[in-house]
Amino acid sequence: MTTTAHSPEETLVTATVDTPPTAPTADPVLTGAGTAPLVKRSGRGRKRVTDSLLPIAVFAALIGVWYAITYLVLDPGRRFLMPAPHTIITDALFDGPTMDKVLPALGRSIVVTFTGLAIAIVIGMVWAIAMSQSRPVERSLFPYAVALQCIPILALVPLIGFWFGYDFPSRVIVCVMISLFPIVSNTLFGIQSVDRGMHELFTLHNASRTTRLLKLELPAAMPAIFAGFRISAGLSVVGAIVGDLFFKQGDPGLGILLDNFRARLQGQELFLTIIVTAALGFAVFGLFGWLAKVAVGRWYDQSRDAG
Amino acid sequence: MSAPAPTAPSAVRSAVPKGHGDLVLRFRDVAKAFPDGTVALEGVDLDVRRGDFVTVVGPSGCGKSTLLRIASGLSPATSGTSQVDAKRIGYVFQDATLLPWRSVKKNVELLAELHGLSKTATHQAALDAIELVGLRGHEKKLPRALSGGMKMRASLARSLTLDPDLFLFDEPFGALDEITRERLNDELIRLFASKGFGALFITHSVSEAVYMSTKVLVMSGRPGHIVDTFEVPFGPDRTPELRFTPEFAELAGKVSHALREGHS
Ligand SMILES: Nc1ncnc2c1ncn2[C@@H]1O[C@H](COP(=O)(O)OP(=O)(O)O)[C@@H](O)[C@H]1O
Ligand SMILES: [Mg+2]
Repeated sequence: MTTTAHSPEETLVTATVDTPPTAPTADPVLTGAGTAPLVKRSGRGRKRVTDSLLPIAVFAALIGVWYAITYLVLDPGRRFLMPAPHTIITDALFDGPTMDKVLPALGRSIVVTFTGLAIAIVIGMVWAIAMSQSRPVERSLFPYAVALQCIPILALVPLIGFWFGYDFPSRVIVCVMISLFPIVSNTLFGIQSVDRGMHELFTLHNASRTTRLLKLELPAAMPAIFAGFRISAGLSVVGAIVGDLFFKQGDPGLGILLDNFRARLQGQELFLTIIVTAALGFAVFGLFGWLAKVAVGRWYDQSRDAG
Repeated sequence: MSAPAPTAPSAVRSAVPKGHGDLVLRFRDVAKAFPDGTVALEGVDLDVRRGDFVTVVGPSGCGKSTLLRIASGLSPATSGTSQVDAKRIGYVFQDATLLPWRSVKKNVELLAELHGLSKTATHQAALDAIELVGLRGHEKKLPRALSGGMKMRASLARSLTLDPDLFLFDEPFGALDEITRERLNDELIRLFASKGFGALFITHSVSEAVYMSTKVLVMSGRPGHIVDTFEVPFGPDRTPELRFTPEFAELAGKVSHALREGHS
C-alpha cells in the first residue's frame, strides 16, 4: 500500500486525494490509500462489524417479509397458510398437547434415521470393500450401486410396502436405500485413491491383502468415508420423513405428523414440525461433521474438500 | 486396485547372513522393455557388495528408477538376471511416503510391523533408528508437521529398523534444498560407515555422487546402459571440506564429462 519511490508530483496527487474537501467523490475505501496504517486498522474493525451485522440483517429481513406476507398479503381467514412467527412459538412450541405429539414423533424419526444410517454404513462399507479388493467383483457389483442411485426410490415404495408391510421396517428400508450410495461410492473412491508409492511400500514388504486393507487402504480412505457418512446422514433424515409419508401404520414419526397437521390446516403446528425436522437434519449433519473432525481432523485438512 | 506382482521371476533371493565384501546385488545383462515399446534399460551389468556405495548418475528418463524397481523385485526384468543376496532390502523413495495418519514413531515402526516383529522389538528398533537419524524428540509429530528434510530422515529411519544388507535410494534428497541435502549426505555417509550395508544410490547430482560413493556409474540416455565407471579414491571419513579439494573437482569434472558424452 505504501509506495517507496515515487516522484514529487505523485506524492502531491496522493495528498490532494487524501484531503476531503478537494475529493468530494472519494469514498471511504479510496481515502484509505494514503494514510495506510491508521485507516487500515479502522477498516478492519468496520469489516468485523459488517461480518456480524449482515447475517443478522438478512435474517431480520426474512422475518420481516414473513410478517408482511402474514399480515399484508393474506386475509385473516387464510393466515393458517403462513402463521406469524411469534404465533408458532406461542401457539405450538408452548402448547402442551402439540409438543406431546411432536417430541415423541421426533424420537421415532431419530430412531428410524439412525437405524437406517447404521445399516447403510455397514452394508455400504462391506459392499465397497468387497469391490475394492477385486476387479471382477467391482465390475459385477458397481452397476447395482449406480442403479440404486438412478432408480427413483419413490417408484419402489409401493413394492416395499407390499413386501415388508406399512410399519417401522419399511420406513427403515427407505432410509437405507436413500442413504446407501454416497457411502458405497465414497468408500470405494477413497480406497482406490491410495497413493501408488504407499502401495509399493507395502508390496516391497510382502504385506497380505488384509494387512494392506487395515493398515493402508482403510485409514487412507477415512476422510472420503467420513465425507460420505455426512452426505448420507442428511439423506437418512430425508429417508425417515419420506418413509413416514408412505408407511403410516404404527406410531407416527415427523413425516406423518407433518401430513396430519397439513390435512387439518393447523398452520402453527405444521410450521413448528417443519422447523423441528430441519433442526434434526442440521443436528445429524453436524454430528457427522464433528465425528469426521475427531476421526481424521488431526492429520487431514478438511478445508480441502469443503467445496 | 490390486497389488503388483511381489517378486520378479528373474530375481533370486537367499537369506545368508552377510559380512563385509559379500555380494548383495548382481545384475547381468539386464534389459527392460515396457509393453508400450519403451526400452528403458539395455545390457546393464553391476555388482554391489557390502561396504560398497554405488551411485548411478544419468539424465532423467534414462531408466534409473527402473533399475531400482528391478533390483527390489517391484518390477521384473525383460531379460538378463538380477540376483539379490540380501535378507532384507531398504528402499528409500524420492517422496518420503510417510503415512499421514501415523506419528513419526508409528511410521518408523511400520516395516517392522509388516515383518511381524514382536511389539517390544518393533518399539526398540524404532527408537534406535529415530536416534540414528537425529529425530529424537519428534516421535509424536505427524508428517504434516515435519520439514522436507525431517520427512526424509523419518523415511530413512523406517528402512533402518530392518537393518538391511542392501539399501536402494532413488534420488532421496532430490527435492531438498542444498544445505539440507548436504547435511543429509554427511549423515548418510556416517550411517553407511557404521552399518556397512551395500548401497545403490540414484542421483542426478554429480557432486552428490562423487561425495557419497565408493563407485560412480554413469548411465546414458534411453535406452539406459552404463557407459562409464569411476572408482572414488576418498576414504570413509569424508567431511564437507572434501568438496573444495582439487581431487574432488577433478573427479567431478570427469564424471560430468562422461555424463555429457553418454547423453549425446
Ligand atoms: N510403466 C511404464 N510404462 C511405460 N514406460 C515407462 C514406465 N515406467 C517408466 N517408463 C519409461 O521408461 C523410461 C525410464 O523411466 P525411469 O526409470 O523412471 O527414469 P529415471 O528414473 O531415470 O528418470 C522413461 O522414459 C519412462 O517414461
Ligand atoms: Mg526416477
